[in-house]
Amino acid sequence: MSAPGLLAAAWLIARKDLAIEFRTRSAFLSALVLSLLAIVIFYFAWDPTAVGAGDLAPGVLWVTFTFSGLLGLHRSFGVEAQDGAMDALLIAPVPRQAIFVGKALANLAFVLGVQAVALPAMVLFYDVGVGAAWPALIGVMLLAAIGLVAVGTLFAGLTANTRLAELLLPVLALPFFVPIVMPAAQATAKLLAGRPLAESFAWLRILLAFDLVFAYACMLVFPATLDD
Amino acid sequence: MTPLIEAQDLVRTFGGRRAVDGVRCALQAGECLALFGPNGAGKTTTLRLLAGLLSPSAGEARVAGLRLPAPEARQRIGLISHRSMLYEALTGRENVAFSARLYGLADPAQATDHALRALRIADRADVPVRQLSRGLQQRVAIARAIVHGPEVLLADEPYTGLDEQGAAALTALLRERRDAGAAIVVVTHHLHEGLALATHAAIMQGGRLVRHEPAPGLDPATYASTYRALVA
Repeated sequence: MSAPGLLAAAWLIARKDLAIEFRTRSAFLSALVLSLLAIVIFYFAWDPTAVGAGDLAPGVLWVTFTFSGLLGLHRSFGVEAQDGAMDALLIAPVPRQAIFVGKALANLAFVLGVQAVALPAMVLFYDVGVGAAWPALIGVMLLAAIGLVAVGTLFAGLTANTRLAELLLPVLALPFFVPIVMPAAQATAKLLAGRPLAESFAWLRILLAFDLVFAYACMLVFPATLDD
Repeated sequence: MTPLIEAQDLVRTFGGRRAVDGVRCALQAGECLALFGPNGAGKTTTLRLLAGLLSPSAGEARVAGLRLPAPEARQRIGLISHRSMLYEALTGRENVAFSARLYGLADPAQATDHALRALRIADRADVPVRQLSRGLQQRVAIARAIVHGPEVLLADEPYTGLDEQGAAALTALLRERRDAGAAIVVVTHHLHEGLALATHAAIMQGGRLVRHEPAPGLDPATYASTYRALVA
């Protein structure tokens, strides 16, 4: 018998996490309800004569994604803490980075799932014309989700065994979300305003750079967060 | 011959407190150490050090000569805890199969089935763990720990929640593993069960092994008196 390598172990862990979420659906439904409620609340607080839909929608979208994503991130290590299951993962002969990659993959599926419902809902509510910008908008969502999930997974792991995990996770993670959310919101605004894709390239490059840096750095640092 | 489990002057501090203070022991294949002691004596911390789940403040722990927490050393360990370490939304079979895959077993389904049968829980294996009683959960947890046929078994209060039948199955299984050449450390408050399995017995107090001796020939009643006198 030979233990699985990093990617194979990560896939096993991601599959297991998604199976648990599929059975319980607790975090996904909570995140979905939070997203839709946020979109509705912003809608009723909105004065269309003062602010145009195209100016408001990107902010609403990214505030919604950021906070709903935190629910899933917190849950991802909560299932390990419940009955000491994290010990069984740590004692298994797989690279510790595989735990990070596996959790991040499951979290990415979670965040993309929430986005897949919330984005059309936002387009419907605010009646913004996305038109031909759909593929680019989906690309921005994907790039931003990778960065948010990388940072969020690291901090979710770090805070999982603390008594104030639900409070600490947003406090620690949100400042690191800023470099991801800012270019994502800027690129979204340009796309919703019907500007050519080329005008968003600078923001997309920044987003991609932060994705690469955060994903790599978080994977390297993660094993140290498991030390007692 | 290289011991399967080796603790060399293990020390572990939390803040300024020494939870484990210079523990030294070695177990060869086929040996079983029963570790007794009152709450807070450092038994669980010692076991976590031997599993590579905690890093020692001083000293070192080795499995088959490999320094922990090397993956090659962890591959040889099976850990049973008083916590189930299971995912309650998954079935018992899914939990055990997940572990089998993490250890890279060639036929995880067959190994899972074998482990579940050994613990006499195959008939309840397709029920979500949350619907099982505490005792049945513990049987699944033990099946998860042994599915990869570990050479080293570390058991922390493994009898927690087990009924008579479950306890008997566990004792038989641990004896079978020991006779097959596994090295076992059992942390327990149950002197009779511990001594029935053990080739060595030790009493821990204040982070130290205050008594350590071969177990065969020890009379449980006399040993219980000694234990009470030592930890009083």
